[in-house]
Amino acid sequence: MKDEYVAKNLVLSLDSAFIRKEPLGLVLIIAPWNYPVHLILVPLVGALAAGNCVVLKPSELSKGTEKVLAEVLPRYLDQSCFAVVLGGPQETGQLLEHKFDHIFFTGSPRVGRIVMAAAAKHLTPVTLELGGKNPCYVDDDCDPQTVANRVAFFRYFNSGQTCVAPDYVLCSPDTQERLLPALQSAITRFYGDDPQSCPSLGRIISDKHFQRLRGLLGCGRVAIGGQSDESERYIAPTVLVDVQETEPVMQEEIFGPILPIMNVRSLDEAIDFINRREKPLALYAFSNSNQVVTQMLDRTSSGIFGGNQGFTHLSLPSLPLGGVGNSGMGRYHGKFSFDTFSHHRACLLSPSGLEKLYEFLYPPYTDLRQQLIGWALGSHSCTLL
Amino acid sequence: MDPYADTLRRLREAFSTGRTRPAEFRAAQLMGLRCFLQENKQLLQEALAQDLHKSVFEAEVSELIICQNEVDLALQKLHTWMKDEYVAKNLVLSLDSAFIRKEPLGLVLIIAPWNYPVHLILVPLVGALAAGNCVVLKPSELSKGTEKVLAEVLPRYLDQSCFAVVLGGPQETGQLLEHKFDHIFFTGSPRVGRIVMAAAAKHLTPVTLELGGKNPCYVDDDCDPQTVANRVAFFRYFNSGQTCVAPDYVLCSPDTQERLLPALQSAITRFYGDDPQSCPSLGRIISDKHFQRLRGLLGCGRVAIGGQSDESERYIAPTVLVDVQETEPVMQEEIFGPILPIMNVRSLDEAIDFINRREKPLALYAFSNSNQVVTQMLDRTSSGIFGGNQGFTHLSLPSLPLGGVGNSGMGRYHGKFSFDTFSHHRACLLSPSGLEKLYEFLYPPYTDLRQQLIGWALGSHSCTLL
Repeated sequence: MKDEYVAKNLVLSLDSAFIRKEPLGLVLIIAPWNYPVHLILVPLVGALAAGNCVVLKPSELSKGTEKVLAEVLPRYLDQSCFAVVLGGPQETGQLLEHKFDHIFFTGSPRVGRIVMAAAAKHLTPVTLELGGKNPCYVDDDCDPQTVANRVAFFRYFNSGQTCVAPDYVLCSPDTQERLLPALQSAITRFYGDDPQSCPSLGRIISDKHFQRLRGLLGCGRVAIGGQSDESERYIAPTVLVDVQETEPVMQEEIFGPILPIMNVRSLDEAIDFINRREKPLALYAFSNSNQVVTQMLDRTSSGIFGGNQGFTHLSLPSLPLGGVGNSGMGRYHGKFSFDTFSHHRACLLSPSGLEKLYEFLYPPYTDLRQQLIGWALGSHSCTLL
Repeated sequence: MDPYADTLRRLREAFSTGRTRPAEFRAAQLMGLRCFLQENKQLLQEALAQDLHKSVFEAEVSELIICQNEVDLALQKLHTWMKDEYVAKNLVLSLDSAFIRKEPLGLVLIIAPWNYPVHLILVPLVGALAAGNCVVLKPSELSKGTEKVLAEVLPRYLDQSCFAVVLGGPQETGQLLEHKFDHIFFTGSPRVGRIVMAAAAKHLTPVTLELGGKNPCYVDDDCDPQTVANRVAFFRYFNSGQTCVAPDYVLCSPDTQERLLPALQSAITRFYGDDPQSCPSLGRIISDKHFQRLRGLLGCGRVAIGGQSDESERYIAPTVLVDVQETEPVMQEEIFGPILPIMNVRSLDEAIDFINRREKPLALYAFSNSNQVVTQMLDRTSSGIFGGNQGFTHLSLPSLPLGGVGNSGMGRYHGKFSFDTFSHHRACLLSPSGLEKLYEFLYPPYTDLRQQLIGWALGSHSCTLL
């Protein structure tokens, strides 16, 4: 919250120059269903710390959490400055007709556009944490079991319903051959021979999403998994191969426990493939070679990047989480949340007297005085920033 | 027919080759911009004189020197700004490399207005180039002299495969906005700001909107009227009032108004002479349309000082209006001219209420001998920027961000803030490809003990100091 004092130039050396952090006013946080506690409360922390009044709109799909947030959370906060509102898409649309001082939205790019268009009517700034198809490049120079462990862990976590999970793998046919048994081994070790009975494996949020995912199982060829159980909304940890770029599983964000593998013949081809598509929220590269990881990092763009790593970023509040391009705008976590929900007001306080000094700046100007003023404002007179 | 498609495609292709990324390329572009400013000083001064009757002094101080400073700062700091920023880690990630990588966004669009037509297009350009983007500039068609120099001379100093100037009016700008950009930087009115943001929403393009508002100027009873009058007059009539951060109206008690009026007249006479119309330091109104608009505002309240106008020169005298009603046009729209209305309030509290009932302005000024009064005004209001006993000298300090809030805009720039505006801050985590035995600790299935240990390792008590 502290005022941040900044470097000054000669003309302003007697002034007080600082940045004041101010609350924006009334802010709206719209959260999704996949991490329904995390994705509503972490932004809330920033909004409260920044001194705002807050409206939370939890997802109506995660009904259990919605209930706790609506009924229990308000008892712990000052209800004159905080409210939880409920509803589906229609109600959210009505909510968005109102003016807010910031809207923080986590969800799909399609709805992100709707939120931003609504915000534009009121000139409301937005933070949009969206999604995308997060590529996972696996280099020939790698240990397949290590890679399989890491990719499987981050892909099947929360049954794949994670905006930063690896969405698809890019690797050569040779590496695919080595990866498949390693992935099967990882899946068996993590979830047992009958994953459906494993307590560590999640379920799909709704029938609609379950049907959508079951449809994707028809793309390419099932190499691992592929089972599903409608009564439990269960989809087995699945790997698909022989997938075409035009098939639905390579067109939409999967958001489920299905991992397609696309073949590329080289790092360059992988980079081209990635760069032809929308910027994703996360991008992963697995290789024993630092050079390969660095190339992937240097020649692509994404919200976040993991080398030989999944999305453990999210445990570090010192790293911002935010998208770029189609995957979003703005960022949060830690201080970044506070800054997102604050206005940084540039302040300059001058002495009310000492007018003789200021008179130097007023018209009419002699040539000499013009030159002196020019010099005083020039960059050579600035103190080190 | 879409006049922009080819240009934009060419620029995007150039970006995808990676040309603009290396520091050497960016520095070369910034050097080119520096040469442009140095070699065409006179040309630019003439253009500004043609467009706004801008005096050499104003052109130097509010346009050219500021641009020069920004270029110099960017050249000096480029490597520092581009550097990966390493961040603090927790126990789980202690063997990893965690940093923020600054990346160019891609193809960015800068739409500039006519009032500071050099400054408000080139200062954003510095940030866009330093951040490694390909840039499209759209200067204002109202400031034709400057538009010509930017379109015909500036490109010679930059790599034209990565840079373009496009021309046109509102209709052409609308066409331009149908295209996808990776960032749109717009300076102009809130009305058009909404249009820009709505267009950007279709492509999920982030925007920086530097808009306007009616900037209140509170003058306390405890002040020296002549000092205040000097400062307020200087910042109000600079560029003939056509400044988004100029004091728009004064709030003071009737007593203070009585003391201010002769002081304002004295300041105006000292600055601009007995016949301001013949003073070289005073600018002119940009266009007939704006001149007519301003002349209409002269009918509000009562003219206490000035009030003269000359259509043939688009000249409006430095004017002060009193007995103004809140409902009159001069208190409803951003004035953007050399007219200063004074509204009476009976106390600081009334002034603060008045201000807070209205849209958040881009700038807010408070003049008082009492620090307490200035602090109260600062603490109990909000605005893009704030000046205590001061005008908008902020703009000479690149270490202070310039940006609005609420109706006055979103985002900010100047100095490093420009670089950050035009960059993506990509959070990166690089782990060792081996040491799998350590990572196995994190995989399912979990014993109760292992769950507890993982929870502990991720918890905040295990974090190193941030």
